[in-house]
Amino acid sequence: MSGRRIFARPARFAAIAPYVWMVLFFLVPFGFVLKISLSQTAIAQPPYEPLFDPTAGWEALKAAFAALSIDNFKLLASDDLYVFAYVRSLTVAATATALLLLIGYPIAYGMARLPRRWQAVAMVLVIVPFWTSFLIRIYAWINILQHDGLLNQILLALHLVSRPVVWLSTDTAMYIGIVYSYLPFMILPLYATLAKMEPVLEEAASDLGAPPWQVFWLVTFPLSLPGVGAGVLLCFIPIVGEFVIPDLLAGSNSLMIGQTLWLEFFTNKDWPVASAAAIVLLVVLLVPLLLYERLQKRQLEQGR
Amino acid sequence: MRKLSRLSRFNIASLAMGLAFLYLPIIILVIYSFNASRLVTVWGGWSLRWYHEFFNDRAMIEAAWMSLRVAVSSATIATLLGTLTAVALSRGEAFRGRTLFSGMLYAPLVMPEVITGLSLLLLFVALNAERGFWTVTIAHTTLTMCFVAVVVQSRLGSLDRSLEEAAMDLGCNPLRAFLAVTLPLIAPAIVAGWMLAFTLSLDDLVIASFTTGPGSATLPIRIYSEVRLGVKPEINAICTLVIGLIAVIIVIASLASKLSSSQGESAAPL
Repeated sequence: MSGRRIFARPARFAAIAPYVWMVLFFLVPFGFVLKISLSQTAIAQPPYEPLFDPTAGWEALKAAFAALSIDNFKLLASDDLYVFAYVRSLTVAATATALLLLIGYPIAYGMARLPRRWQAVAMVLVIVPFWTSFLIRIYAWINILQHDGLLNQILLALHLVSRPVVWLSTDTAMYIGIVYSYLPFMILPLYATLAKMEPVLEEAASDLGAPPWQVFWLVTFPLSLPGVGAGVLLCFIPIVGEFVIPDLLAGSNSLMIGQTLWLEFFTNKDWPVASAAAIVLLVVLLVPLLLYERLQKRQLEQGR
Repeated sequence: MRKLSRLSRFNIASLAMGLAFLYLPIIILVIYSFNASRLVTVWGGWSLRWYHEFFNDRAMIEAAWMSLRVAVSSATIATLLGTLTAVALSRGEAFRGRTLFSGMLYAPLVMPEVITGLSLLLLFVALNAERGFWTVTIAHTTLTMCFVAVVVQSRLGSLDRSLEEAAMDLGCNPLRAFLAVTLPLIAPAIVAGWMLAFTLSLDDLVIASFTTGPGSATLPIRIYSEVRLGVKPEINAICTLVIGLIAVIIVIASLASKLSSSQGESAAPL
């Protein structure tokens, strides 16, 4: 009896409930986002039109279809505010991901070189902050970075600065917040590939006369590329749509797309434009999302 | 001790600095929650004043209660659905739409929360559902069941299949083999998955903001609106309480995964 077929048929039935759930609450909602992104804002409840009312008959439905338009997307493309927001989101995400890789790699490398027993401890230590609330971790940094916060007190006490430095509401604060929040997502996949690497490969390279930096660039780094890819995607995709961190730590003069979407939705009550912004964001992220899915699938399902 | 000698000074330094970077802000936050002074930056001696303040803040308590209820119910539903998903994906034969299924499953893990939140809200509005406890619970279940599925799936993948086969060879039907052999083996991963779902739900601000209705704010929503107005010692106290609760959960989860790793490979790195 092949191991693969075990439970095969009953296990298929196990998929029914979660499948229905995901279609209903993950896939179908995107249909609504798409539909409302093609609608117009209205002062009504819900604040958009046309409304599709299946009971109103075929003619009404046809009229509703005819009223759909791509005006919101034209607005997004023509208004600098949105264009800048998309560009800024991608720039911030790319910069932050590069920083995360630079900071996360040495940490993951150090972890992978610890004795086995200590590796498990280090891994728990890296995971624990991930379990701690996102919002709380950002709040912790506001404590430190505010005008008379700990960082300025230390800098003043050490006479490194003569006046308190403005940290909050700057891009620096935002990058600190992003790197802080996403660091475990970068370290864990890197560590997973680095820990699996055979130490003999590095030893062979150095026995053959390669200096340490060459061993790293020619052997270690290329072999860790799958981990680099996973870590980069795991950080880049959510950072592009990030809302909380730029909202609380960055200044308000340039917004990321997550913030504009939030603003359109909650402050301006412009649901159609917010939906159009979400659709564009989704399209921008489609390629990295598909790459990530392939990676995740290969990793989890190769053992079948 | 060949392994130890591979550890360079650079390795140790980067590890130490990395861990300090991860932990110092949280430690500072906890210490300042016991500060007697109203000014967050002036140390006025140890005090429980801000905890007292929190327990007298009705709106905060209500929000905390709402968050706990949502977290427990959504984590429970998510664990059920996530475990079924993991079993179907790692044991079931190919079925129509399997690619779509696993696609829908892995996308929410990285999908920006503003998109997930907005899309669910539009669904609830279209269905004319009253927004509040149930809509937030459904939204959180949708997000967290994917995490549960990944955790359980990686445990199922590392399981020795011959145990299940032996049970079937000895005359168990598939369901019985699953209940008697597989389920006990993956139980620690299921527990860890529940814990993860619980903390993710307790933590979420963006999706809850979209899907909740007036008058039913969760704890992160209330904390967020306070934080926007500036640092308040009371918030430090609430955050410390949440950290404490999560610490207890981590201890339970790590005990569970210890149980799991003593029976084989350790569970997912989440």
